Amino acid sequence: MSLDKATVQKIAYLARIEVREDELEPLAKELSGILHWVEQLAEVDTDGVPPMTSVSAEMALPMRADVVTDGGYAELVLQNGPETTNGFFLVPKVVE
Amino acid sequence: MSDLTHLTIADAEKGLDRGDFTSVELTKAHLAAMAKHKDLNAYITETPDQALAMAEQSDKRRAGKQAGLLEGIPLAIKDLFCTEGVQTTAGSHILEGFKPPYESTVTANLWKQGAVMLGKVNLDEFAMGSSNMTSYYGAVKNPWKRSGDAKDLVPGGSSGGSAAAVSACIAMGATGTDTGGSIRQPAAFCGIVGIKPTYGRCSRFGIVAFASSLDQAGPMTRTVKDAAIMLKAMAGHDPKDSTSTPGPTPDFTKAVGQSIKGLRVGVPKEYKPDGLSSEIMAAWDKGLAWLKEAGAEVVEVSLPHTKYALATYYIVAPAEASSNLARYDGVRFGLRVPGNSLDEMYMKTRAEGFGREVRRRILIGTYVLSAGYYDAYYAKAQKLRTLIAGDFKQAFQKADVLLTPTAPTPAFAIGENLDDPITMYLNDVFTIPTSLAGLPGLSLPAGLSSDGLPLGLQLIGRPFDEEAVFKAAAVMEQAAMFKRWEAC
Amino acid sequence: MAYMIEGETGPWEIVVGLEVHAQVISNAKLFSGAATAFGADPNSQVSFVDAAFPGMLPVINEMCVEQAVRTGLGLKAKINLESVFARKNYFYADLPQGYQISQYEKPLVGEGQVIVDLPDGRSTVVGIERLHVEQDAGKSMHDQHPTKSCIDLNRSGIALMEIVSKPDIRSPDEAGAYLRKLRSILRYLGTCDGNMEEGSMRADVNVSVRKSGESYRTRCEIKNVNSVRFVMQSIEIEAKRQIEVYESGGSVDQETRLFDPGKGETRSMRSKEHAHDYRYFPDPDLLPLKLKPDYVARIKDTLPELPDEKKDRFVRDYGLSPYDAGVLVVDRASADFFESVAKGRDSKLAANWVMGDFFGALNSTGKTIETSPVSAAQLGELIDLISDGTLSGRLAKDVFALMVETSKAPSVLVEEKGLKQVTDTGAIEAVIDQVMAANADKVTEYRSGKDKLFGFFVGQVMKASQGKANPGMVNDLLKSKLAG
Repeated sequence: MSLDKATVQKIAYLARIEVREDELEPLAKELSGILHWVEQLAEVDTDGVPPMTSVSAEMALPMRADVVTDGGYAELVLQNGPETTNGFFLVPKVVE
Repeated sequence: MSDLTHLTIADAEKGLDRGDFTSVELTKAHLAAMAKHKDLNAYITETPDQALAMAEQSDKRRAGKQAGLLEGIPLAIKDLFCTEGVQTTAGSHILEGFKPPYESTVTANLWKQGAVMLGKVNLDEFAMGSSNMTSYYGAVKNPWKRSGDAKDLVPGGSSGGSAAAVSACIAMGATGTDTGGSIRQPAAFCGIVGIKPTYGRCSRFGIVAFASSLDQAGPMTRTVKDAAIMLKAMAGHDPKDSTSTPGPTPDFTKAVGQSIKGLRVGVPKEYKPDGLSSEIMAAWDKGLAWLKEAGAEVVEVSLPHTKYALATYYIVAPAEASSNLARYDGVRFGLRVPGNSLDEMYMKTRAEGFGREVRRRILIGTYVLSAGYYDAYYAKAQKLRTLIAGDFKQAFQKADVLLTPTAPTPAFAIGENLDDPITMYLNDVFTIPTSLAGLPGLSLPAGLSSDGLPLGLQLIGRPFDEEAVFKAAAVMEQAAMFKRWEAC
Repeated sequence: MAYMIEGETGPWEIVVGLEVHAQVISNAKLFSGAATAFGADPNSQVSFVDAAFPGMLPVINEMCVEQAVRTGLGLKAKINLESVFARKNYFYADLPQGYQISQYEKPLVGEGQVIVDLPDGRSTVVGIERLHVEQDAGKSMHDQHPTKSCIDLNRSGIALMEIVSKPDIRSPDEAGAYLRKLRSILRYLGTCDGNMEEGSMRADVNVSVRKSGESYRTRCEIKNVNSVRFVMQSIEIEAKRQIEVYESGGSVDQETRLFDPGKGETRSMRSKEHAHDYRYFPDPDLLPLKLKPDYVARIKDTLPELPDEKKDRFVRDYGLSPYDAGVLVVDRASADFFESVAKGRDSKLAANWVMGDFFGALNSTGKTIETSPVSAAQLGELIDLISDGTLSGRLAKDVFALMVETSKAPSVLVEEKGLKQVTDTGAIEAVIDQVMAANADKVTEYRSGKDKLFGFFVGQVMKASQGKANPGMVNDLLKSKLAG
């Protein structure tokens, strides 16, 4: 799969990473190279092979009891925030 | 007193117990050595005050006969482990200045066993790399150099700072994390021991995530026994990590020194690609000879899907990373680059905050998960993962441990291999299959290359059979008589 | 008659499917130990997991799983013994992880159904496509700061059930009735409080229109509608918009729209649309959720009687009309109240009192059954007083009014106010004699054939007895006395 500039722009937006116009072309080439390389997997017949999502999939999903054990420390949650006020995080205004 | 830094953890524990020296003295010796080796750029953040305070407390505990497994031992912590109140960067600009209000489970376990934190060590940004050259905080130098060549070499990666620090004796041991070889490859490059335990052995809670289904923490030390001691302290079930294995942690140190008579050592025939250097081949053969001499039986095994492991990994790991790294968005912690809209703020922050390799992997990961491509890439890779894990399962019917090289080459020079990402990725060709299958893998120094660089061999075990790995590693270590202090 | 919208080109049918997000009742969040209570200070119920700090990991809350299974069983749905949590990736200011942990290919609950009672007395079945468990996002507030949006993560990570209906709904009324029924079932089960004002139940509404006999046309999704009334309004408005588009020769784009109740319109959120590619994949921080059949069976054993079963039983055991039974079972408290009142009494009389004067009193006093001034036992006692003749129907209404006012038992009030019905023949005859004597002329007229005057005499007797005379006895005695 060769990526064109438009596709790179689209995935860069999906990933919210700004890419300068002059970077698009070389990046497209670089990513295409990697994709082309991983496409060697296509030659393996994987019909009927189950996908492996976790090596511990045999384990049972552990569960927690429904007890409040955490939270209640807004100041700790906020203390690394680049911009906060009155207990809120602030971001550029979102217009819906 | 600088020779205190050359002790093994096991010997230091004896010295501390005998009262030959205190943890404060041991810690001071390391702080002094760290100051001398600043040029290595192994540490991102040094924590001397905290170290001395912890050492003092440790000496008190020892006086009160309450010594833990690592009582008074100064360690370096990979800067991927969150440490309460101490900057944790993951080697990235985007987390510069971030002080976690919490402690990772693994480091908490170490402090519980009496260890002392010297500081946070350098790594490839978000653990993505095999050279430590992608760190925002600068490349780390390998304490080793080629004989007669002053050129600076890479320590490997991503746990390059950890490996360099342990190798240069500016920490007695260090934590590492391994996603595709990030403990084992730098251990090999720096001539030390490193083990990635079975997935689930060490809690991932509080470790900055790279690829959740692969990430595992492990110890990096100068001896096999030290690795066993340190892993015992780090490991254990953690209810805060849903993938953490329940059940008790074995005493790995008991395996060290046990006979390997009758142990079946598998040699995967697919691990001899064309062009593998004769030096590596020779080291491998030597390793097998040591094991045979000690009574092990060598058998050939086949891991037929090996050649697809790298490509599989470079789909799975970036896919998970693209999602794991979405939280670095300039809202709650770390870097924010202002923007006129929310999207603009995100895009500028993430473009400036992430380095080139991280951006590249996020984009690849985003692409392989995107609509229309999921089946061809991600789902396909997950199926390959099943096949690769199946290969190992088969092989372990014939063998108890496998022996392979750790990396296809010894350490390379800083700046080399950067142009083509795939060439760089090939560094992990021998370590990645183990990661995909979640198996324990240990690298230990087995000798020197013709130009005087350490060469590592990898022992791979069955799931949760680190003991077999330690047993074989200890035998090889004794045979190798590796002069590990050369670089100090 | 099927609901149709008349367009220029003839009648159009509407096709609606609802995705309801119902907040699970639990103490702690889906994947963290932070509290779920409504209305706390900003970011005070947030753990580092909910705020997606580096290295934080999810651990699932067993109660949330149980609640979802219970809901699935209540919807007569298939419980999938293996389900998988997946990450839905997108960026938004109130989504700290940059992904929502949800379920995609393998939801916890499969197909089920809801029986919907319509206002015209008909019933219809709305199919359930699936129910899955997911995390809620935080809250963005856009009006608290001139140039910034404020982010509160208290809601971030609370467990939601997304209940997806099949596109079986054909009118705004059906949509409203479906939502009310679903809410009623969730409340019976105790799995969601159904409180739409506090956002614990919200709906995404999928609307399309078609000519009769056609297959489905393109649908639009109206996001996050937060009341039953708005759901019904938005369906009608959106359907009319689509019809207009088609009839003016255009085509409808599949898109996400927003309902503006103030303006009475839906509008496109297209600006955000082009970027949506959620890149679902199984969450590697979690393992597949595997349930044992006996776990599901245990939960099934603890299910309460649900509205449909209760309604059937009320019709069967109490002889109520399906309509009355339907009204009584909407919420569990009224059904329970009715049952305590009706137990061992005339059940139709009990139903009339509960649905009439009692519900009326709750309405006018703004009280609920839990805070009602009249207990079920007291209302039952009142009915006993009617049945044994102590109170006439009219007196009973007066007594009930006093009960609402004072919360006193009816027997006490009857005693205090001397409201007891007079059933003593002699006493009634005395009153009748008095009335006849005072109206001798009318007695003559009656006796000469003016039968209509009988009602006048009854009224006078009742008045003279201050309403306490037993009406039946008054009738009988008056008839014989007037006959001479």
